Amino acid sequence: MTRYAADPSAIKALIHPERVHRDVYTDPDIFRLEMKHLFANTWVYVGHASQIPNPGDYLTTEIGDQPVMASRHTDGSIHVLYNRCPHKGTKIASEACGNTGKFFRCPYHAWSFKTNGALLAIPFKKGYDGTGLEESEAVKGLAPVGAAHVYRDFIFARLAPSGVDFATFFGESLSSIDNMIDRSPEGKLVLEGAPLRYMHPCNWKMLVENQTDTCHPMVAHESSAGTAVSVWEREQAKGGKKPMAVEVYAPFMSPYDFFEKMGIRVWPNGHGHTGVTTSIHADYSAIPGYFEKMVEAYGEERARAILGENRHNTIYFPNIMVKGPIQTLRLFKPIAADRTLVESYTFRLVGAPDMLFERTLMYNRLINAPTSIVGHDDLEMYERAQLGLHADGLEWVNIQRLYEPGEAEDVTEISGGTSERQMRNQFHAWAKYMTMSMKPEDAAFQEAAQ
Amino acid sequence: MSAVTEKDLVDFVYREARLLDELRYEEWLGLYAEDAHYWMPAEWRQTDPRLQASLMYEDMLLLRIRVERLSGARTFSQKPKSRAQHLLQAPQVDELNPAENRYRTYTPFHYAETRGDEFNIYAGWARHELRVEEGNLKIVLKRVDLVNFDAPFGNIQLFM
Repeated sequence: MTRYAADPSAIKALIHPERVHRDVYTDPDIFRLEMKHLFANTWVYVGHASQIPNPGDYLTTEIGDQPVMASRHTDGSIHVLYNRCPHKGTKIASEACGNTGKFFRCPYHAWSFKTNGALLAIPFKKGYDGTGLEESEAVKGLAPVGAAHVYRDFIFARLAPSGVDFATFFGESLSSIDNMIDRSPEGKLVLEGAPLRYMHPCNWKMLVENQTDTCHPMVAHESSAGTAVSVWEREQAKGGKKPMAVEVYAPFMSPYDFFEKMGIRVWPNGHGHTGVTTSIHADYSAIPGYFEKMVEAYGEERARAILGENRHNTIYFPNIMVKGPIQTLRLFKPIAADRTLVESYTFRLVGAPDMLFERTLMYNRLINAPTSIVGHDDLEMYERAQLGLHADGLEWVNIQRLYEPGEAEDVTEISGGTSERQMRNQFHAWAKYMTMSMKPEDAAFQEAAQ
Repeated sequence: MSAVTEKDLVDFVYREARLLDELRYEEWLGLYAEDAHYWMPAEWRQTDPRLQASLMYEDMLLLRIRVERLSGARTFSQKPKSRAQHLLQAPQVDELNPAENRYRTYTPFHYAETRGDEFNIYAGWARHELRVEEGNLKIVLKRVDLVNFDAPFGNIQLFM
């Protein structure tokens, strides 16, 4: 029996306003409870509609540890289904992205399903005559997840059949996705380019927290960004324009004061972002022809407002980060308490010059690839933290920076950019969504079993 | 340099791998032309390094940054330092074209990289495009395609 099984008070005791117990990162039982509760009660990113533009198109992914797929039905609607044949459990779709034609067909016994999941046919069906199959759950076809919602082509799903609705869950935080989309002169994004996939030997939450950790770049990335700055300082004597790659690397070495002034905004339900007033993405060279296209599409005032919003990293709790000015989305997929798969996706702004997409791809490979020197710096820190947390000398992880006693929770507020408030915000949401579906009788049952 | 022979090209590819295995990075950089690129595609039969995703597409400035970083005092991901070993299939000469000063080779390989107790093996194909500059062969483009380019890797810190 586990220490934490379905006991809301034991879960809540792990989260203090200014510190969290190390078990949230290391304990396999906590991880299992996250999969069962946290990833069921929250709205989790599934994919982008541009990956499945035509009827019969599908994409496969995981919500927590659950295999799911998003399918484009004949009527154009998108359905998020468990990727599991109702007959024997076989995964129906095996490729990351593909087209199944008019229907899904299980490769094991050829049960077939419409692209909305409904059962279409079973071979030699008379073998089920009089067996009561029509009363079984198998006859319902591919099971849909609890709820799905497509927001401006971003597909999200909640596994739990009931819970917090989409609009309440995300609220004003959707403004970061809006800004990324609005950066297209046509108001449209296309997911393009292979995702860069990077395996990390650490808990998924460390990666999420790092996205709004503004006190690590000038330290952990001194080796990469710092070296880039010093090599460029030497090389620029030879003349020439500052290369795009140096523009990407150099701002990581900005001083604390710069990051403090960037600001952090938190939203209810664990969402938040760095870069309220400015960010490390605000000072890139203009892409020829882009601003003109934006003005043409939106008018000058609106174009300036869209491009003047330079949010750094936006966390959509629980496990994605969106970078509007760069057009990337990072998905932090939990594999085990100490293992996380990071998939970094790139978007093309429809109607914008190619050079913008070139920068998006460059940013992704310089910062998010397993071959990225910035990535090497970060992974090293996560790995050391995952190992270090086993030390029994201290059991708590400190998230106290710029903490004010009595700090409001589940609110929209702006604080200094070096605050760890977004981490506190995430853990407040973590405790809430971990425990909201735990029933007291579950705990009683567990105790009885002990 | 007299006319480039097939043996010159094959020897060059072996020498590059040996410099990498012996961690002689300054000499290794010296094998590259100033306008050279080191490219690791992230897509099958990729044709475009700029508008398709790559694991690496680096010019000499970026390669120098990597090499200097490896020996930096605060490069914590290199404590302890990584080591590397190449196992090359005999390089095949795909083009020997003195008229246009273009030479191309194709070399299937296995590559091992360590980090502390960790040991990872990768497999793929290296393609070198070379030219003669002031009597020496130089790399214009080194393209490294991994057989599982789309799989999730941990840190790949050195050069294949």
